[in-house]
Amino acid sequence: LLSLCKKTNNNVCVLNFLPQMQFMLLFSRQGKLRLQKWYVPLSDKERKKISRDLVQTILARKPKMCSFLEWRDLKIVYKRYASLYFCCAVEDQDNELITLEIIHRYVELLDKYFGSVCELDIIFNFEKAYFILDEFLLGGEAQETSKKNVLKAIEQADLLQEVRPHLCRRIVEPTRWTSLPSGDQ
Amino acid sequence: MPAPIRLRELIRTIRTARTQAEEREMIQKECAAIRSSFREEDNTYRCRNVAKLLYMHMLGYPAHFGQLECLKLIASQKFTDKRIGYLGAMLLLDERQDVHLLMTNCIKNDLNHSTQYVQGLALCTLGCMGSSEMCRDLAGEVEKLLKTSNSYLRKKAALCAVHVIRKVPELMEMFLPATKNLLSEKNHGVLHTSVVLLTEMCERSPDMLAHFRKNEKLVPQLVRILKNLIMSGYSPEHDVSGISDPFLQVRILRLLRILGKSDDDSSEAMNDILAQVATNTETSKNVGNAILYETVLTIMDIKSESGLRVLAINILGRFLLNNDKNIRYVALTSLLKTVQTDHNAVQRHRSTIVDCLKDLDVSIKRRAMELSFALVNGNNIRGMMKELLYFLDSCDPEFKADCASGVFLAAEKYAPSKRWHIDTIMRVLTTAGSYVRDDSVPNLIQLITNSVEMHAYTVQRLYKALLDDISQQPLVQVASWCIGEYGDLLVSGQCEEEEPIQVTEDEVLDVLEGLLVSNLSAAVTRGYSLTAIMKLSTRFSGVNRIKKVVSIYGSSIDVELQQRAVEYNALFKKYDHMRPALLERMPIMEKSASNGPTEIVQTNGETEPSVVDSKHPPPVSQPANQANDLLDLLGGNDVVPVIQTTVPTKPASAGGELLDLLGDLSLSGVPTPAPSVATSQPSFLLDGLSSQPLFNDIAAAAIPPMTAYNKNGLKIDFTFERANPNPNVAVITIHASNSTEADMTDFVFQAAVPKTFQLQLLSPSSNVVPALNQGTVTQVIRVLNPQKLRMRIKLTYTLKGSPVQDLAEVNNFPPQSWQ
Repeated sequence: LLSLCKKTNNNVCVLNFLPQMQFMLLFSRQGKLRLQKWYVPLSDKERKKISRDLVQTILARKPKMCSFLEWRDLKIVYKRYASLYFCCAVEDQDNELITLEIIHRYVELLDKYFGSVCELDIIFNFEKAYFILDEFLLGGEAQETSKKNVLKAIEQADLLQEVRPHLCRRIVEPTRWTSLPSGDQ
Repeated sequence: MPAPIRLRELIRTIRTARTQAEEREMIQKECAAIRSSFREEDNTYRCRNVAKLLYMHMLGYPAHFGQLECLKLIASQKFTDKRIGYLGAMLLLDERQDVHLLMTNCIKNDLNHSTQYVQGLALCTLGCMGSSEMCRDLAGEVEKLLKTSNSYLRKKAALCAVHVIRKVPELMEMFLPATKNLLSEKNHGVLHTSVVLLTEMCERSPDMLAHFRKNEKLVPQLVRILKNLIMSGYSPEHDVSGISDPFLQVRILRLLRILGKSDDDSSEAMNDILAQVATNTETSKNVGNAILYETVLTIMDIKSESGLRVLAINILGRFLLNNDKNIRYVALTSLLKTVQTDHNAVQRHRSTIVDCLKDLDVSIKRRAMELSFALVNGNNIRGMMKELLYFLDSCDPEFKADCASGVFLAAEKYAPSKRWHIDTIMRVLTTAGSYVRDDSVPNLIQLITNSVEMHAYTVQRLYKALLDDISQQPLVQVASWCIGEYGDLLVSGQCEEEEPIQVTEDEVLDVLEGLLVSNLSAAVTRGYSLTAIMKLSTRFSGVNRIKKVVSIYGSSIDVELQQRAVEYNALFKKYDHMRPALLERMPIMEKSASNGPTEIVQTNGETEPSVVDSKHPPPVSQPANQANDLLDLLGGNDVVPVIQTTVPTKPASAGGELLDLLGDLSLSGVPTPAPSVATSQPSFLLDGLSSQPLFNDIAAAAIPPMTAYNKNGLKIDFTFERANPNPNVAVITIHASNSTEADMTDFVFQAAVPKTFQLQLLSPSSNVVPALNQGTVTQVIRVLNPQKLRMRIKLTYTLKGSPVQDLAEVNNFPPQSWQ
């Protein structure tokens, strides 16, 4: 379905070293999507189907299982941070361990930006979550490996907006969720 | 018109909905408001409305009516508008819709914007979702930005270029000049994205790869950068748990992999740094292991020294012992890739791998299983099999089929004894019998047949297994077959390997009849058991019960069973004198293909029923033991084995009738009509098909004879006639003569023809071809529907005490022999 792998006559994958991140999904334990970033062209309908299927598959996993699974012809790397699942689909040949680090870096960026980020932050400021992601990854690859530089760029871009974002962080709800720990689950 | 509600307000409101219906109502109301706002071409609140739309879209509601609004936002001069507009474009538009092309101009303008953050937005969008047309149009702009000194833009341009190349590979060339001094940048973002770009180019184009190896001396540059990363002190900006910029390290290692693959010089140049990374990287956290993992992958793929390879495998071995299951997972994956090339090194970690069979994680178990099978050899077969069988007992159903197949394969290759082999098979059949693959059944039957000294033991064990459980079809089929074959050994209690059980003929028949009536039995299984019962008629003393069973099933609703029963009935009634020969013990079967008998003959993609077939176990065994050999002849795709030879010692008159029973074997997918076979006239399958009276005597007489075979003193000529009254049948008479000094005794002629033909072989005049051309042996072949006839023949005879065998193709049939 999503394989960008080209096969020669010997059925060998030619593009061995060019595994691409195909998409990233964030979803809650109830299966509600909080962010979806697609790096491959797919129709809305296809995206919906993939999201639905994959979310169900991951939610069915037991806590002691490893963070990787084969799904269709992709490798899925996922990790749960508090109430949010962060899930990346990469092509089969990739280094799964570094993908886990990519996910962790993104969570750190969110944490720094929102100050002890929680799911509510991402719900109420989803567009910011996208902006941050787009300063960190481009086309599925990391464009900046320095946390400081990513955050600086976001800050600067925010200043260009008419309304300063820090002034409208989130509307406080009666129940406040606990903040995210540093990433180990 | 009141101002549209704010985004956060909407989010809060929607979250108060208590039911799906309530939510839907709110959404619909808001969408209606947004739609009218769009219609009014309101610039002020467009951004807010689109943002709300994007939120609702994420909840799963349709938002396509906002697509054009995104384009308007992108074209706006306000940064906020652009930000939301580009985000909306990436979420709502896809390159399959033409509307996305309207973005192209805006993106072009924004790529040249005075504010780098606007340029950044454009680069990001293009690099994320740019279609091929857009990439073609804008590649030039990207290339320009790749040369800028602004590192914020340069790094984005590099990844954007990667996307362009992925979409339009021909454009790769144009980015080459800009890559000139990418790696001399200090900025890590640029370095990282540059390495990604170089990786993309090297992997896609061998020319580029060669260029970067030789001309640009990429390897030394990368080695230098990597070295600096490792040796430099703590750099807070890029530090992750004590490691400096692991992302960059991993990408460099990956690029080194491509550069070093199949290239001695490059591999040598990176040897030291790889060893250094492998030994110095901190392994307490995931990030260190990520780098080690990439290093291992690189070492295994380039032309590294053996010492380095061993180091890599040992790293993987240590990974296997890591508490973190993610690490164990990647270790197993890598070991699976290297087990063929570095078998001995991987063997050292065998026990750890086997332990992983007990892991809770499905992916780890699967890898451990595959790896375990790869590591089985003659030395460790007993121990490994114990573990694998234990695994088979307890594993999830999704593994059972693969595991069972793996066990069979390994047992076949490395079984230390026949008894062990049979026991192992029994274990699999009894514990995972319903998961075993279909082709295992004929394979197992062949194995059992060929283990002559184990027959008694095998049939006893299988019989006992049947008493316990008749639900697992492969087990039942193999057991039925064996009981049919070796039932005599069973009742006579001849087992040596274990305590022989006491069982009577009636008890055995009870079991087999039980299979026939049980609704657990598949149709195929029923066929097996009926045939087994029939075979026992020559092995057991009393036949009356068997006769009764056979006649009952002559009116079975199941056509397959009915046919068999009718044919067996005929055996009892008309051909009783032949019954013993037909139902004799099966001979040793030769394997021509690694997968066993069912692979021997393939006909137009169907598996031909060879002598042993899971669907049609034939009731016949060729006493001369040549049936299988003939089948072996016919490796060709379109040739059907029609075993039509008669046993030379039988009186000639019996020959015709015998053949019709064997018509069952000339499979064309349609079962031959059973009743016609049992009639007294040797009804040719083919008769009655054509009622054409047209018959040209003169033409028929004019078919010239031909020499079909002439070798080693044996000459076989064919003469032709047209059959009367059926002109579609060609009658070929073979004349075998012998010019050597000694008689050729035990002469047997066999023939096989392609599937489109039907062949009938009558009995020969004699089976001795006299020496020195003193006489000929003749035999008549009748062929239906002779088009361009081809035939394969097999000749066996004894000359001066030594057996001789030969195969030949006969292709030179005169055109007049077919119309």
